[in-house]
Amino acid sequence: MNAVPGRLGHGAQRSKWAGRVFLGFLWLSLAVGFVTLGALLVQVFAQGYKWVDAVLFFEPPSTDPLIAGAEPAILATIFLGLLLLAFTVPLGVGTAIYLEEYANRERWYNRLLEVNIQNLAAVPSIVYGILGLAFLVRGLGLGRVLLAGAMILTLLVLPTVIIAAREAIRAVPDSIRQGAYALGATKWQVVWRQVLPASIPGIATGSILALSRALGETAPLLLVGALTYVAFNPTILGEFTALPVQIYQWVARPQDEFRTLAASAIIVLLGILLTLNAFAIWLRNRYERRW
Amino acid sequence: MSVATTVGIVVALFLPAFEFFGEISIVDFITGTEWTPLFTPSSFGVLPLIAGTMLVVVCASLVCIPFGLGAAIYLSEYARARTRKFLKPALEILAGIPTVVYGYFALTFVTPRLQELGLPVGVFSALAAGLVMGVMLLPTVASVSEDAMAAVPRDLRDGAYALGSTKYQVATRIVVPAAISGIIASFVLAISRAVGETMIVLIAAGGQPNWSWNPLEAVQTMTAFIAATGQGDVPTGSVEYKTIFAVGATLFVMTLIMNLISIRLVRKYREVYE
Repeated sequence: MNAVPGRLGHGAQRSKWAGRVFLGFLWLSLAVGFVTLGALLVQVFAQGYKWVDAVLFFEPPSTDPLIAGAEPAILATIFLGLLLLAFTVPLGVGTAIYLEEYANRERWYNRLLEVNIQNLAAVPSIVYGILGLAFLVRGLGLGRVLLAGAMILTLLVLPTVIIAAREAIRAVPDSIRQGAYALGATKWQVVWRQVLPASIPGIATGSILALSRALGETAPLLLVGALTYVAFNPTILGEFTALPVQIYQWVARPQDEFRTLAASAIIVLLGILLTLNAFAIWLRNRYERRW
Repeated sequence: MSVATTVGIVVALFLPAFEFFGEISIVDFITGTEWTPLFTPSSFGVLPLIAGTMLVVVCASLVCIPFGLGAAIYLSEYARARTRKFLKPALEILAGIPTVVYGYFALTFVTPRLQELGLPVGVFSALAAGLVMGVMLLPTVASVSEDAMAAVPRDLRDGAYALGSTKYQVATRIVVPAAISGIIASFVLAISRAVGETMIVLIAAGGQPNWSWNPLEAVQTMTAFIAATGQGDVPTGSVEYKTIFAVGATLFVMTLIMNLISIRLVRKYREVYE
């Protein structure tokens, strides 16, 4: 009988220690993430801050790192962003409205469509690059142009936008729809005047997050031929480079000066993406409605 | 539209890939250990590329699986609501950083640190690329696993506490087993992303196909091969052009299988508790 409380006490002691070690491991896990994030930001800023200047923003790239800038790349990234929004938002919202408001879930083709969208969201981006190379650049004979880049990025983020828009539409309560129907509205009127306005903040947030993801993509653009040396400002049907591609090209050079240049371009890129993300979060907090 | 994309991907990848296998035997492709498509005499064994990919993926998994799961358990079981509200988006910043930036970080920060530790790594190594990729995937594992753990009903935890369990015991013996299918789904998803990730390996793992299992050496992955070959002006219809599609098709099939597994697992745990 004596041994039992003794064993129990011993067990409790051990499990207390196991609990502490375990909690320590959990903290370590979080620390791995945050320490790396910190080191990354420090590394980028320490190396790149001194070259974030007028040269970077207003000069074309050059083989001499001292006078090399990223103006064509920055402009192309902005063009890509605008084209992306123009392509993805109508297509994404259209598909989402169809799937949420019109599609009959029982039909096999609608279920197939859903699984399909989920799968597409997880296809490696480089595979989209191959698609762009085969169909847009070579197949359609579009060439290595900005439009091809924008189209391939559109395909890349479309599933993300569709999923976000569907969630926003699904969050609109049915009572709103029933109320509109009760007042004699047609299906079109319900969707266009009730459901869509109510889901705009969610859709906007999702689209901006998708945009910021697309603008950071490099691999598919390499394949559709975002030329690594472009000394002129981009046009929609002209050859182009983009900020991440420019960064890659600079990082890939062995000289330290180009790495520094890459770091300053990274600061600009992170600046653009963080602004977009912050804007999306602000939108969500500002207009989020609880039904 | 999305169906058209899928059909497009399949057609775009597999037609040239079939042409490729018309010229090169599929057996040689799958079992060969030499990958030198751009030299003469050329050799098309994909195994070195797959080995390179696997090496990087294993390094990445060693980081993202334990630490991602640890972060998920902390967020789900230990953190207070307010801490979680702050920590979760902060962790997700990691997932929003462009991969080209991680590549830069691996090359200019992680590799020199590894060298300082006395590891004989060169300028390019599978290890540096893999470690950084692991950190990049940490939020993926953390957030999908955390969703799975959040779906475990409170009653199960309360029952265990009522029997005198400690927090540690509840986390490891109740919550993790109950959410296991979602947790495994998060691992599969992360591994599939690691297989498909391009920029980090292109920048930091090197460009030498290498039939080796030593993570300190430079390797070339499937994605890095595609990117390195596709960015040049490869003539349409040449064998080199078709290798892009053959490797791309291999990559697509591998990630597709993993994604299907992951979607099925996620659905399974949803069915249990909702």
